[in-house]
Amino acid sequence: MADPAPDTPIPDSPRYVAEEAELSRSLSRIAHEILEANRGSQDLVLLGIPTRGVFLARRLGELIAGIEGRPVRVGELDITMYRDDLRNNPTRNPARTAIPGRIDDAVVVLVDDVLYSGRTIGAAIDALRDLGRPRAVRLAVLVDRGHRELPIAADHVGRTIQAAGDERVQVLLNELDGRDAVTISRGGNR
Amino acid sequence: MRHLLSAADLDLAQATSILDLAEEMQQVQSRPVKKLPALRGRTIVNIFFEDSTRTRTSFEIAGKWLSADTINVSAKGSSVSKGESLRDTMLTLDAMGVDAFVIRHSSSGAAAQAAGWVKAQVVNAGDGQHEHPTQALLDAYSMRQHFRTLGDPGEFAGKRIAIVGDLLHSRVVRSNVLLQRTLGGEVVLVAPPTLLPTGIDSWGCEVTSDFDAVLDSCDIVMMLRVQRERMAGGFFPTEREYTERYGLTEERLAALKPGAGICHPGPMNRGVEISSAAADAANSLVLEQVAAGVAIRMSVLYHLLGSDEGAMK
Repeated sequence: MADPAPDTPIPDSPRYVAEEAELSRSLSRIAHEILEANRGSQDLVLLGIPTRGVFLARRLGELIAGIEGRPVRVGELDITMYRDDLRNNPTRNPARTAIPGRIDDAVVVLVDDVLYSGRTIGAAIDALRDLGRPRAVRLAVLVDRGHRELPIAADHVGRTIQAAGDERVQVLLNELDGRDAVTISRGGNR
Repeated sequence: MRHLLSAADLDLAQATSILDLAEEMQQVQSRPVKKLPALRGRTIVNIFFEDSTRTRTSFEIAGKWLSADTINVSAKGSSVSKGESLRDTMLTLDAMGVDAFVIRHSSSGAAAQAAGWVKAQVVNAGDGQHEHPTQALLDAYSMRQHFRTLGDPGEFAGKRIAIVGDLLHSRVVRSNVLLQRTLGGEVVLVAPPTLLPTGIDSWGCEVTSDFDAVLDSCDIVMMLRVQRERMAGGFFPTEREYTERYGLTEERLAALKPGAGICHPGPMNRGVEISSAAADAANSLVLEQVAAGVAIRMSVLYHLLGSDEGAMK
């Protein structure tokens, strides 16, 4: 575990468990794994789950395009309306859903930042069913923190982290947060 | 949000949120499975005491695409024709466990009154000559899309919107004025003096009876239907004279500000308030307005019923 050099975090502030270099190594390994499992990038569609999954999917898309030398389809899949706890929370507007072409007979790789209860991915599979019939659906996550509540497993995992239920695991991304990192902090599930 | 009775119920954040979500909802129309599970298990009753095809159908489709169970009740063939009062009809349906009513009634204030009686949430789908908030929302949605196609960010501030015609009998105009007060657009009301509602001075809008004077300054021209049944009321001498002074004729079409959008809530009287040239012009938003109807109503229903927050505990 490498803490950021300049200021040592105070006890209750987030612990940094991965920094930019490690995050980018994880992503390029995932990119290679996806290609290997799919034997190339044909029929591949990467769908990021908002918010951070969208940026991760774009990065993976660029990495895969760089390796294969041709573009890969990347899109966004919002699952807000498919959530099983929709009614219990204040109304919130869904993010964008943008499916790049048809997904029938494609291999869809769902991309998210943290895999936790598995409910988001469960909802994403329900959402996909309304959009078409992919040949296969796979799951790539940057962090798997355990504590699953549904029988869901990731096919490609950047890093597995043992975190307690009352800890919050957060992925920070340059595009949104100004830096790349994975942090653990006290209080609140995500 | 518990009810949508008036366009004035919405603050800027809510109105913007409804317009934004409608953009997402419009995509659902092109999906293979036109269904989102957001309102699964909710029951919406469309209760229409006045004839309507497009509003009732679009509310029904909107509810169904969000997986709610939607039921239509029309005054004809219901207990209303047996003399049951509005209150008893509403309470009877409410007792069946309805989650929301979408109500249209010929009396101004009917929706607000119904909202006071029932446990369910209420959407005003037109009450007399008073309001029609979802129409104003879909008008605003169509206008915003139009501004964006002109390469504009789609803000209403600085935009001038003329609403022309029978302001006296129109519920669309009041809702549009109230919504634009929130969104920031400037509304100019154009009508013959006989078709101005009383108290219009307090609306805070420019009012004129000279349509030609505002043609080249407006970004949107919204033509209201001339209700032919009003002719008998002596509000204007002849149809031809009305067209002459207040119709969007070919000549007036040519005098509009370049790129100005043309709206009409429908149904149109071609050749009376709007010429065919204007109705079918490239910058006519009439069909866009119809297409936006379902998306806006999905967005409104989601904002009201998507969370248990709005329901009575």
